[in-house]
Amino acid sequence: MQYQSPASIDEAVAALATIGGARVLAGGTDLLVQLRSGSASPAAVIDIKNIAGLRTISETAEGFRIGAAVSGAEITDHEALVRAWPGVTEAAGLIGSTQVQGRASLGGNVCNASPAADTTPALIAARAVAEIIGPGGRRSIPVEQIATGPGKTSLASGEIVVSFLLPKRPARSADAYLRLIPRTEMDIAVAGAGVSLTLNEDGTIADARVGIGAVAPTALVLDGAPGILVGTKLEDAVLEKLAQMAGAAARPIDDKRGTIDYRRKVVGVLAKRAALIAYERAKGAR
Amino acid sequence: MAKSHVSTTVNGDPVEFLCDTAETMLDVLRNTMGLTGTKEGCGTGDCGACSIIVDGRLVCGCLMLAVEATGKQVTTIEGIGAPDRLHPVQQAFLEDAALQCGFCTPGFIVAAKALLDRNPDPSETEIRYWLAGNLCRCTGYDKIVRAVQHAAAEMKGQPA
Repeated sequence: MQYQSPASIDEAVAALATIGGARVLAGGTDLLVQLRSGSASPAAVIDIKNIAGLRTISETAEGFRIGAAVSGAEITDHEALVRAWPGVTEAAGLIGSTQVQGRASLGGNVCNASPAADTTPALIAARAVAEIIGPGGRRSIPVEQIATGPGKTSLASGEIVVSFLLPKRPARSADAYLRLIPRTEMDIAVAGAGVSLTLNEDGTIADARVGIGAVAPTALVLDGAPGILVGTKLEDAVLEKLAQMAGAAARPIDDKRGTIDYRRKVVGVLAKRAALIAYERAKGAR
Repeated sequence: MAKSHVSTTVNGDPVEFLCDTAETMLDVLRNTMGLTGTKEGCGTGDCGACSIIVDGRLVCGCLMLAVEATGKQVTTIEGIGAPDRLHPVQQAFLEDAALQCGFCTPGFIVAAKALLDRNPDPSETEIRYWLAGNLCRCTGYDKIVRAVQHAAAEMKGQPA
């Protein structure tokens, strides 16, 4: 196995394009496990952590830009990002242990394409846009278009996700992410829900977006959620409709973590609770 | 294939080593450098026995390639205290009997030191969450958590 640690994105893209079967290495918390088990045996790993900009979080006029190789620990340590995006950052903070947080990257969590990836529903709710660079140039896509199924992405050969853009927040906006695991730490979501809300001055919801995870081959956008939530103050009947919509949208599997019925029920409960948390946060937000 | 040459810093000392690209930092620490205090439990990032500190971040040595250590500052259990000058966390583990078989202990001590370096006064909940990635099959964790609280108090100059 070759190891390359390019200093520029162009070099990384060229290496990926020219070495057949090369894999991108960011935090390595998924890749090294695959190397050890033999489920991956790439001809080369291309370490993207020494590329300028891939390890930084910056705030611009457009919003927050998070480099794809930024680790969970770096995300949860970034006070301004945590203030602006409490849901995205709490999702990043739920992944694995302190040790895993020290390495595991945002880009890796999304591109590993686990249906249960915690950051993906939160990023979907946040309308995050992934910036991708490859042999064909640069393109930007909504984060929900990256994973196409368990372990599969829409990235073309040689393409690398280099950053995620979280758009500028209007006043009275906040987000939240909740997942269910059978224990308190160190487990994989049975179901997850991310909710981002913007409120009007009178406390009614002006804008809403909901993403759900671990209940379908990929995380899903709940397209009908704005229709239910906008104009309301999350009255009980509204929350009940949201829960039913989330359960109906889910296409979960039965496995050791939960049955289909349980996952449908739980994803609705999580969507409701995450909406309530986001709502309370938005009321307190600047 | 030719081995990779890596220059890094381990426990404050400049170190150079040769490794295969597929070798983990844990492999090189134990097998090349003879630093066997760092243990291999699961090898998949679940147990924390191989906890080390790299550029100030707690990580699993088994989830890092050794070639990635280039230019980094690596701290292992061997760099924390010395036999005649134990770190307060090590002293507290001894006094509070926070170990039985001892296999997980280096990982716990490295992780606890990393916690106290950034949060000198953690709550019990913070300690338990921070150490959730370190598994111990002997103690039931209670004495470990108390030892970390004890060490925190000692480091602040107060009796526990």
